[in-house]
Amino acid sequence: MHAHSSIETKETQNIILPSTPHMQIKDLNVYIEGTHILKNINLDIPNNSITSIIGPSGCGKTTLLKTLNRLMDDSKEVKVTGSVLVNGEDIYAKDAEVTHIRKKMGLLSQRPFPLPMSIFDNIAYGPKIHGERNKKVLEQIVETQLRNVGLWEEVKDRLDSSATGLSIGQQQRLCLARGLAVQPEIILGDESTSALDPISTQTIENLLIDLKKDYTIVLVTHILRQARRVSDYILFVYNGKAVEFGKTEDVLINPKNPITQQYVKGFIS
Amino acid sequence: MQISGISITGSLFLIIGIIMYKGLPYISWEMISQSPKGGFYIGKGGGIFNAILGSLYLAGLSTVLATLIGIPIALYLNMYIKQGSFLEKSSKLLFDVLFGIPSIVYGAIAFSIMVWLGIRASLLGGVITITLLTIPIVVRTIDELLLTVPVDLKNVTKSLGATTWETAKVLIKYIKPGIFTAILLAFGRAIGDVAGVLLTTGFSDNLPKYIDEPAATLPLAIFFQLSSPIPEVQGRAYASALVLTLIILIIVICTHILASKQKKHKI
Repeated sequence: MHAHSSIETKETQNIILPSTPHMQIKDLNVYIEGTHILKNINLDIPNNSITSIIGPSGCGKTTLLKTLNRLMDDSKEVKVTGSVLVNGEDIYAKDAEVTHIRKKMGLLSQRPFPLPMSIFDNIAYGPKIHGERNKKVLEQIVETQLRNVGLWEEVKDRLDSSATGLSIGQQQRLCLARGLAVQPEIILGDESTSALDPISTQTIENLLIDLKKDYTIVLVTHILRQARRVSDYILFVYNGKAVEFGKTEDVLINPKNPITQQYVKGFIS
Repeated sequence: MQISGISITGSLFLIIGIIMYKGLPYISWEMISQSPKGGFYIGKGGGIFNAILGSLYLAGLSTVLATLIGIPIALYLNMYIKQGSFLEKSSKLLFDVLFGIPSIVYGAIAFSIMVWLGIRASLLGGVITITLLTIPIVVRTIDELLLTVPVDLKNVTKSLGATTWETAKVLIKYIKPGIFTAILLAFGRAIGDVAGVLLTTGFSDNLPKYIDEPAATLPLAIFFQLSSPIPEVQGRAYASALVLTLIILIIVICTHILASKQKKHKI
């Protein structure tokens, strides 16, 4: 809330990561309707870990996340320059196939959004559009994924009823299971717990921590405590710039950049 | 609020009241089950079954065609072309204009094309004209419905790797209850239209059997009977209007039942 216009951002420090990067963002710039939203972002996102993107509202966190699975492209008058490499492959290359890229990344949005179908079809939707027709296989996928998110016991008797009948916390877990059913490599979470009660939030957080052994997870959050609880790495974004990136404890406890210090202490929100 | 509510229900009851008061004495099983016999238009035997059937065929066929053509157009405008582009804006404006063009203009244009092609006034001519008339209704209504779909829903299917067409199918599912409204609006316009069918469909006292022959329609039957000086025939005009109103009422109720059943999975 304090005046912070006088603070100059410094370039992101280069940090040597302990594990190989799953995603690499290189010289990424995003313009929406002519406004420069993301400014020259360079970042390596490590494997099998949770990276949280934090920063004040309107700083470009969500834009950055949506750039990672090319959801930004569809919006009006969006220009993206630079590259995002997934396993060394540029997803912004001219010949890159958008549906294939998105299949690799499960998105968990701010509010759960079940498809207008039954619980079963919500999970089976992804595999179905990617060509899975065998009913036995689909049933197996649905059960596995619902078990993965701890929802199986709660819904196994009403798989055919509408997904909208579930509580909001259950819906969010359903959405996570739906994303996992297409066998992504990366999970993107856009403030995925902001609509949930504390218990559901904890369930989702624990699930994500469990899932990082198999997936690379990138979360956008505006809750510092959540970032501290779940993430291995933190990226602080301010005014469209990647200000500081590092291990969670380094960024939150000993931030190097003065703006990060102010944000972490709560002077900027 | 209350005044507007009262005036709307009041005028509805006034309309129904007048056509019932004037038409009910003339309504009979003979009238709705038979075609006109000789001298029907001077007050003798027969009925308007030809026009009931003609109107149902005409409105039914046009609505089906308009829906089949209109939904893909609306999907295309919303999902396949870049939003905010000149093409998108100008196409939507064009459909707004088409929406507002009176049906006599459609009738006149269709008539001149039919003359040019050598097609005579027929059920087919009417179906084509009314289809053209109702496509903009379907397109604009579906378009507005698609705008109400939350961006999140589109993002969900897309982030699962769905193609635009696969996303479109989910969107259709989401707006399904609203599609019934679009169909209802199109049907209502189609069955009530006089000017569009006047030049293109013609009129016939026979039951419509073939698509290339002229066919009777209820609004025209009402129009012809109402212009008669004979009280008997005028009374039948109101009875025909009552039949038309009842058909629309039945369709509205059926649509509502179908739409409410579809709401099961709505969010």
